[in-house]
Amino acid sequence: MGRLSWRLAEVAEVRRETPRVVSIALDVPGWDGHLPGQHVDVRLTAEDGYQAERAYSIASAPAGERVELTVERLEDGEVSPYLAGELRAGDRLELRGPVGGYFVWEPDRGGPLLLVAGGSGVVPLMAMLRRRAAAGSQVPARLLYSSRTLEDVIYREELDRLAAASDGLTVTHALTRAQPPGWTGYARRIDAVMLEEVGWRPGERPLAYVCGPTRLVEVVAGHLVALGHDPARVRTERFGPTGVP
Amino acid sequence: MGGFVSRGFKGRRQADAGQVKRLPPGQYAEPGFPVLTAGPTPRVDLADWRLKVEGLVARPREWTWEEVQALPRSGFEGDIHCVTRWSKLGTSFAGVSVDTLLEAVEPRPEVSHVVAFCYGGYTTNLPLDDLRGGKAWVVWEHEGEPLPAEHGGPARLLVPHLYLWKSAKWLAGLRLLDHDAPGFWESLGYHNHGDPWREERYWGD
Repeated sequence: MGRLSWRLAEVAEVRRETPRVVSIALDVPGWDGHLPGQHVDVRLTAEDGYQAERAYSIASAPAGERVELTVERLEDGEVSPYLAGELRAGDRLELRGPVGGYFVWEPDRGGPLLLVAGGSGVVPLMAMLRRRAAAGSQVPARLLYSSRTLEDVIYREELDRLAAASDGLTVTHALTRAQPPGWTGYARRIDAVMLEEVGWRPGERPLAYVCGPTRLVEVVAGHLVALGHDPARVRTERFGPTGVP
Repeated sequence: MGGFVSRGFKGRRQADAGQVKRLPPGQYAEPGFPVLTAGPTPRVDLADWRLKVEGLVARPREWTWEEVQALPRSGFEGDIHCVTRWSKLGTSFAGVSVDTLLEAVEPRPEVSHVVAFCYGGYTTNLPLDDLRGGKAWVVWEHEGEPLPAEHGGPARLLVPHLYLWKSAKWLAGLRLLDHDAPGFWESLGYHNHGDPWREERYWGD
């Protein structure tokens, strides 16, 4: 296989998802497509030649030469404040990819699917759900998604729409820090009880994808194994203390 | 793609020139110790834990936890580099040198490569020459503390001159071969060798 070369993409649109999160739609000439769950490397270059590179999950389903990233602004970050604050339509951005062949899902891999996300860990899982919807897949899928507050929920309206399609997807939110008046959903961090209530039984042999901060992933993957799920069917992607996947 | 500039990007230069020199291309210094793994963290009971060295060797060996602790202690102090672009500078690990394990099993002359295999099923492949000559360890201590499970405890391989996915967590053993055999990430798009100074991240790099 040839080298993954750097490509110059053009920013088609920057869309605010939450106060700290933006989605960036890119036109990438020559893009060959990707698998839902894969990421790209992004490289920024300053005028004096200084460069910084980071990896970002692809949020979009494969669709021609259009690739969407969703980026959370980390206050002490170097690259994310630029992407989520400075970048605008018409700018250009260097990237290479797609990268990663394990934390990926295609409809033909089947299910049922258990997707567990914390914060911006929902991004690669959203690529899977968008792909599932675009393909008209009926693979049963459950998303359990932990956010701090309702305002921090990324893709909220789109997730509502996807869940309303009655095609076998359910979306369950957990709000850990604050809940709006009248909130009847989960109001705590994801725990074993929640995974039992929302997730599939081990006998149904779900394919589980867990993505988020290290602590959440460690806890959720541990609970799933303890509940009797096959560790080989639990795939994880962790964001370190710097928020880098 | 020479000459491209990201409009409005200034970047955050590393203040410490000494640190800059220690960073391979495309890496940044990370004060923490991020965790990256493909699946659940295996929990291995020390009573059941074994370290095997097998394959093309004169005397295959298996060590229990107590036995491996009794081997000559050897440590590493320096820098580690993850393919996801963070480097941790000035850290330390302790355990046993892979040289000590190899001496015990006597590799056959035709051995060219090694596959490290792990609790949980992970594998990674390395040329034998990257594992011997004081370049690789099996470690169970990090900065003076027992290696936490999420970082590969009870024991992990440590090959600090290569990207960290080669430093297999939850190590169960080494298999010595007369041919190369790509491991988990090496079969999924990541470089077969993984030298950070040559930026060998992905296939074709």
